[in-house]
Amino acid sequence: MSLLQVEHLTRSFGGQPALKDISFTVEKGDSLGIIGRSGAGKSTLLRCLCGLDRPQSGRILLEGQDLAVLPESQIIPLRRRIGLVFQHFNLLTSRTVAANIALPLEIAGMPRVQRVKRVEELLDLVGLADHANKYPAMLSGGQKQRVGIARALAAQPALLLCDEATSALDPETTESILALLNSINRELGLTIVFITHEMDVVRALAKHVLVLDHGRVVARGLPADILEETNLQTALPSNIEHSPQEGSHAVVRLTVDQQLIMAPLLQNVRNACQTQASLLRVLPVESADCQLMDVLVRVEDVSVATMNFLQQNCHAAEVVGYVPAHS
Amino acid sequence: MSRLILNLLWHATGETLIMVLVSGLIAVVFGLPLAIFMVVAGKDGLYPLPILPRLLGVVIDAIRAVPFIILLVLLIPFTRLVVGSALGTTAAIVPLSIAAIPYFARIAEVSLREVDHGLVDAVRAMGGTKWMVIRYVLLPESLPALVSGITVTLVTLVGASAMAGTIGAGGLGDLAIRYGYQRFNTTVMLGVVAVLIVLVIGMQVFGNWLSRTLRHSKRV
Repeated sequence: MSLLQVEHLTRSFGGQPALKDISFTVEKGDSLGIIGRSGAGKSTLLRCLCGLDRPQSGRILLEGQDLAVLPESQIIPLRRRIGLVFQHFNLLTSRTVAANIALPLEIAGMPRVQRVKRVEELLDLVGLADHANKYPAMLSGGQKQRVGIARALAAQPALLLCDEATSALDPETTESILALLNSINRELGLTIVFITHEMDVVRALAKHVLVLDHGRVVARGLPADILEETNLQTALPSNIEHSPQEGSHAVVRLTVDQQLIMAPLLQNVRNACQTQASLLRVLPVESADCQLMDVLVRVEDVSVATMNFLQQNCHAAEVVGYVPAHS
Repeated sequence: MSRLILNLLWHATGETLIMVLVSGLIAVVFGLPLAIFMVVAGKDGLYPLPILPRLLGVVIDAIRAVPFIILLVLLIPFTRLVVGSALGTTAAIVPLSIAAIPYFARIAEVSLREVDHGLVDAVRAMGGTKWMVIRYVLLPESLPALVSGITVTLVTLVGASAMAGTIGAGGLGDLAIRYGYQRFNTTVMLGVVAVLIVLVIGMQVFGNWLSRTLRHSKRV
């Protein structure tokens, strides 16, 4: 059984659908990144996942129990199986760092002696042992988020949900928080589901990615594939079309060696296929040890012969769209 | 100033303090639960109820709409019913409390509403019940603001208790009317005013200090 199983989730506000037919599963130990623009439905999805909001239809099975239909009184103990990390930390200003971390344990009814011991462990884990008796107002943003993470971990949840956990932090602090979350996922084996609008966070933390747009899942898979696809989408000219028009030119994606010099190849296309080819864009390379790179090339007359020629001379060649001749 | 006048002032100040503190305490004991109810059962609250909070709001505003001097007179039969007499310090506590409960309830309501909703979400997400949200979030997070609200209520009660003095409540207002005004004793009048000023400023300074000490956030 999967740890979390979401089936055909739909949620709308006043007739405006925010989530449409969302389905995915999360296995134990996974790290799923949900990425999307603002307004894509990320926050709504997260609120449904932690049982703070309810979908109109669909199922959310956490360890086999359905968060979507259970009555409130039965959801309350289920929420204790989920740790939630917030963008704006949401620490109680009236409590010290230690008391904030102890709060989920108090709510769960853990005796005081055990509580103190557990809070000490957590303070060590997030590296804030010296700040136990400070109030949140005295901490930096990164420290506050460490308290937020410690608090989310306190009651030993089965699932850690992060809501834009690094969006309010500067780049360096972001890196250290991501490293902490990574070690929690890898060393403690805790399952993480996080939402973000930043590709860098996905790159650093995700084992799987779900792309959300206008309330729908538009892509899912491994981070490398999703990032490659996203890079291609952003690199494509804005006036690209799916089918050829009268006199339009083709845009071809070529996979070539990183060391390849493009000019002779394009010259050869001209000589061998009697058509003009020009370089449009070089796509960013996702990892440094990759020997290959992708480039976009514009070809005037894309015949079968031209494509055969390109496929013979490159690792891969594929028409991705068409653009008008004069653009 | 003669020993006699000082004695009168001392005695009247004691009566005023009793009226203010007892009715202030009653205002908090009854007003705070009303405020919590209105926030929790209100439209965007944790446990929205359809009619009751709105009805309560109307009753609260209706009482606040009546000027205190009229409320005093209006409540005389009720006061007789509760304490057996409409005269004296104990009797004055009844109308003072009736006026102070809705006053403090509205002030406390604002303070409770200003608690960051994210904190409520955080405790709910931890598996906290409604009672836990009230106990761990709403009350402790709004405590500094509630203390400021109590201070404002007490200061208002000092003025109202003096007004109650005009219809036989005892205390500083009574002293000012009977000795200062009706007997043209300017010394008593000035003495009463001086004591009132010291009382009010003292309460405000103490309230500010307490509120500041309790506040651990940077928000002013």
